Amino acid sequence: MSWNWELLGETGLQFFGKMSASISHEIKNVMAIINENAGLLEDLTVMAEKGLPIDPERLKTQASRIMKQIRRGDDILRGMNRFAHSVDDPLRQADLNDTLGLMAALSGRFASMRGVTLELEPSSAQVSMITNPFFLQNLIWLCLDFAMGCSGPGKTVALKAERMENGARIRFSKLQELATGNTGSFPEERVKALLQALNADLLMDREHGELHITFSSRAEG
Amino acid sequence: MSDKVLLVDDEEDFLEAMATRMKDRGMEVSTTTSATDALKKVEQGAYDAVVLDLMMPEMDGLEVLKAMKEKRPELQIILLTGYATVQKGVEAMKFGAMDFIEKPADLKVLTEKIHQARAQKLVLVEKKIQEKVKRMIQEKAW
Repeated sequence: MSWNWELLGETGLQFFGKMSASISHEIKNVMAIINENAGLLEDLTVMAEKGLPIDPERLKTQASRIMKQIRRGDDILRGMNRFAHSVDDPLRQADLNDTLGLMAALSGRFASMRGVTLELEPSSAQVSMITNPFFLQNLIWLCLDFAMGCSGPGKTVALKAERMENGARIRFSKLQELATGNTGSFPEERVKALLQALNADLLMDREHGELHITFSSRAEG
Repeated sequence: MSDKVLLVDDEEDFLEAMATRMKDRGMEVSTTTSATDALKKVEQGAYDAVVLDLMMPEMDGLEVLKAMKEKRPELQIILLTGYATVQKGVEAMKFGAMDFIEKPADLKVLTEKIHQARAQKLVLVEKKIQEKVKRMIQEKAW
């Protein structure tokens, strides 16, 4: 069976755009906080020039707030860099735990906008496989987007990568509304195209409120 | 009398720094990180201007704007956003936003807009009072 390159390309570009827009929004927020805190420092120097005493504690607070935002901005840009480099090679060794961590970080703002908490459950073993990293991230995002919509009143989605006997699995759990059966059009054609390209399968465990992506081959320890 | 401003943003560090700077400039500032709390505050207090982040958890900024305008049509709302698209800007103005500013904002520009907001609100309130008085006179038919 041949891959649907047109759909994969269109879906990938939409995903890349969505993530890039979200990252730029986050960076703008970081810059806005730095801007206000730098402005406050400027205000304090103007006050000092007028002979008003400056409380050193205020200066310390401002400096630490700016440093906190620099660290936050650095984390965001590090994630963006990893994300951007995921298109470098069509096939590469990828660690599922790392990829899930990156996707949880990149999706953090979308989750927060929907009032959903993402819980990344640590895996006891390393789960790596040879795969297309960009397609993998795209598939995780589409499943996560769907999972957030099924989180129900608990408003939590747990994510975990697991090694299986014949491959690997990504579990999205705590999906309280999956049992109701109304999953709309999911999995849409684009999800199916990505599953095919990654040689993966999708399983909906409605009884336990879980969604699984299983990778049947090329998973390594 | 000082300008009474409500700042609404989900970034606490941003709110704190901006509120301090506005207070240092003589404004009376209230803050909240929650859209629902902002709606409550608008119902309870008479603000000259609301500075509202477009991207809020719980409710979309445009929804908050609409709800605020329904509660208090004379309220002047300035939208702040990390990314301004023309489409969002047009939508915001259609829903009655007074202005649309991109982050990071220049406090001087924002302060000017807040002064303008207060003046516009006063005009609207005055107009409302005049209409009310006119209606009363017509109804009584003295």
